[in-house]
Amino acid sequence: MRTEAAELVFDEATKVYPGRESAAVDHLSLTVPEGEICVLVGPSGGGKTTALKLVNRLIPLTGGDIRIDGTSILEQDVVELRRSIGYVIQQVGLFPHMTVEGNIGTVPRLYRRPRSWIKARSAELLELVGLDPSYAKRFPAQLSGGERQRVGLARALAANPPLMLMDEPFGAIDPIVRARLQDEFLRLQKEIRKTVVFVTHDVDEAIKVGDRIAILREGGRLAQYDTPQQILEHPADEFVAEFVGRDRALKALALRTLGELELSPATEDGLPRLPADTSLRDALALLVAERRNALLVVGADGAPLGVATREDLLA
Amino acid sequence: MTGWRLADGGPVIPNFGHGGECLRDNGWLCTSWVRQHWGDILQPALVQHIELTLIAVGIGFAIAFLLALVGFRWRVFDPPLGAFTDILYTIPSIALYQLLVPVTGLTVTTIEIALVSYTLFVLYRNIVAGLRAVPPEVLESARGMGLTRRQTFLRVELPLAAPAILAGLRVATVATISIATVAAFLIYYGLGGPIFDALGQPDIFRTELLASGGLAIFLALSADALLALLQRALTPWSRLR
Repeated sequence: MRTEAAELVFDEATKVYPGRESAAVDHLSLTVPEGEICVLVGPSGGGKTTALKLVNRLIPLTGGDIRIDGTSILEQDVVELRRSIGYVIQQVGLFPHMTVEGNIGTVPRLYRRPRSWIKARSAELLELVGLDPSYAKRFPAQLSGGERQRVGLARALAANPPLMLMDEPFGAIDPIVRARLQDEFLRLQKEIRKTVVFVTHDVDEAIKVGDRIAILREGGRLAQYDTPQQILEHPADEFVAEFVGRDRALKALALRTLGELELSPATEDGLPRLPADTSLRDALALLVAERRNALLVVGADGAPLGVATREDLLA
Repeated sequence: MTGWRLADGGPVIPNFGHGGECLRDNGWLCTSWVRQHWGDILQPALVQHIELTLIAVGIGFAIAFLLALVGFRWRVFDPPLGAFTDILYTIPSIALYQLLVPVTGLTVTTIEIALVSYTLFVLYRNIVAGLRAVPPEVLESARGMGLTRRQTFLRVELPLAAPAILAGLRVATVATISIATVAAFLIYYGLGGPIFDALGQPDIFRTELLASGGLAIFLALSADALLALLQRALTPWSRLR
């Protein structure tokens, strides 16, 4: 599969709904580098979804501009623009009268791709999103919520768009399946490296999924745009600190793994052993639960790498 | 009253002489009479009846579809169009036939106009309701993927409305088959011809009544079954929900 991605720039993008005094999105400026996931997060009324829909012009801009790879969205034919952007929504919106393959083939059919091409492409995409190729002939009504969202993702990827817009894609899915879908989405993203704008109201999801997080506050104003680590460790103001939560220090720990620490040589026996890809948060939880002060970090093969103490974890 | 010309084309008095005992006793279904008059009474009436129905439902569907497009696309037109088809539907059929006679005369056209106007109500309502019932998230994803308005209509809205449209077609067809029998009140045409004929006999010609009435029922049932099969074949996904 080709790996194309586009740089997305919001340049003073503004939306004021007719008849409203205040803006829904207020002079939003940010750049999403190609191949990165930018999560828009914030309280309701923050204009996250509005900002997302400005990009594919489902909602028209009031002021400012949005550019994809340097080209203004206003200069492009709106239908062509939308076909070149993958779009995934919370309720999925699969076409109930089409099979999974028919759904995936929607945009390719608009481009008059031959049947055989669509068949092969849908098999490829089903595998990519973790569904058996036998799903091709099923109808949406025969799928679970998680499976539908996977098909929705496959459908959005069908024309290999350089940019994906995802509006709370996992919001309607139960927590266990949601966590799995997030993991698989991140694995998939490593492979396909699209530029992604991802809307959520869930801070934890934002931290887990985002390369960068844009926190929007009431009135559609950007409160902070930074990496998850930076936002958790250096929130720009009270609002951001409050929004990410009192446990932000713990959330920051969840972003790093034992393998990233400088370990001291093993001296004691009988320490609890944890693999190097364990998060610092989980490691700390283990130390607290077992009332210990240090643990032994081991590699994937089980070989000891070194010792990490409580102080190391919290440093 | 011009209406009582129903017996013009049909035999007023059945030939009891050749009918044997069954006919002399006015039996419920004398097969000899049915066999004898299949070719000159029953079959032509059946064919006429099918023609009446097909034309009425066909034209009715075309008109209802165009009206529904207008009512669906521009919501302001929906209430008046709905009310219009509603009013047509509430006029009793015999009254409507009589209203039309001064204009179109004692012709098949008069019958068709009345039948068509009855189909509009069910068809219009079902087409509009079917188109309106498409879930908003489906429309949003269609728009977001870059389907044009026309493509959205033809590829998404219309196919999703198909079950409701076909259901309306079923009701309209069965209703037309039944209302068309009353058309013989006006002229001897369709299965209503022999039915009215039999009823007009001094003590009701049972065999003719049962044979022609039975054909009308059979026609309605088969049309319903055929359309139900069509519905299943065209919208296999609709039974999954």
